[in-house]
Amino acid sequence: MTIKRRMFLKGSLAAGTVSVAVSAGLLTPGPVLAAWNKVAFEAKSVDDALQGAGLSGAADSGDIKIKAPDIAENGAVVPVTISAGMDGAEAIAILAAGNGVPLTSSYALGKGAEPYVSTRVKMAKTGNVVAVVKAGGKVYMSKKEVKVTIGGCGG
Amino acid sequence: MAKKSIKVRAKAKGDVATVKCLISHPMETGLRKDKKTGKVIPAHFVQEVIGKHNGNTVMTAHWSGGISKNPYLSFKFAGAKKGDTLNISWTDNKGGGDSLDAKIK
Repeated sequence: MTIKRRMFLKGSLAAGTVSVAVSAGLLTPGPVLAAWNKVAFEAKSVDDALQGAGLSGAADSGDIKIKAPDIAENGAVVPVTISAGMDGAEAIAILAAGNGVPLTSSYALGKGAEPYVSTRVKMAKTGNVVAVVKAGGKVYMSKKEVKVTIGGCGG
Repeated sequence: MAKKSIKVRAKAKGDVATVKCLISHPMETGLRKDKKTGKVIPAHFVQEVIGKHNGNTVMTAHWSGGISKNPYLSFKFAGAKKGDTLNISWTDNKGGGDSLDAKIK
């Protein structure tokens, strides 16, 4: 019973998102910027999400700094700051590995933008915060574990 | 949307501007349930935030429901001067949106 209900929820949700995206005209790509990456944002694992976002094959790098708390008391609000040391960064993605949908956000850096992004993410449970930076055609990643005492996804 | 859903502070230090912005938005993932009715609250989150400096896009953020309620975003970019115009705009998955011009201080 529970499993069926869960599947139903997922199905109806996905359908809902598609129709909303179509009605909002979001599926037509903008002139310069890529459209919202639906595949990556609905992927259920870190690897799938990175592949969907075109960021697969990331190599570990010490040049990416993740500033996040060691222990987050409230998983609904986890401040995360990413800063990268490499030149020519084009894109940054922040993932929470423990979430049902790991990819929380991706950032395309325009001309002049520094490889720095700070935001607040939701984390369902204890897990790694993964930062992925694309620079000069190569993909780098780094992670940091954040312990979550109260989950922030779902009621 | 309610007016003034965006708050922006942009400060130039030397050549580099640091932008901090807050958007008021519920950021529903679509997975949460209403405690009273037991029904799922439909997904409603900001999908895209764009930061423009004097008309040039410096930051495009794509978000999912995995970003916290009333989201905060901070970024930096080079080539900024005091008095330059910075435009922040967002759109959500329901087609809502807002935009705001701010001066770099």
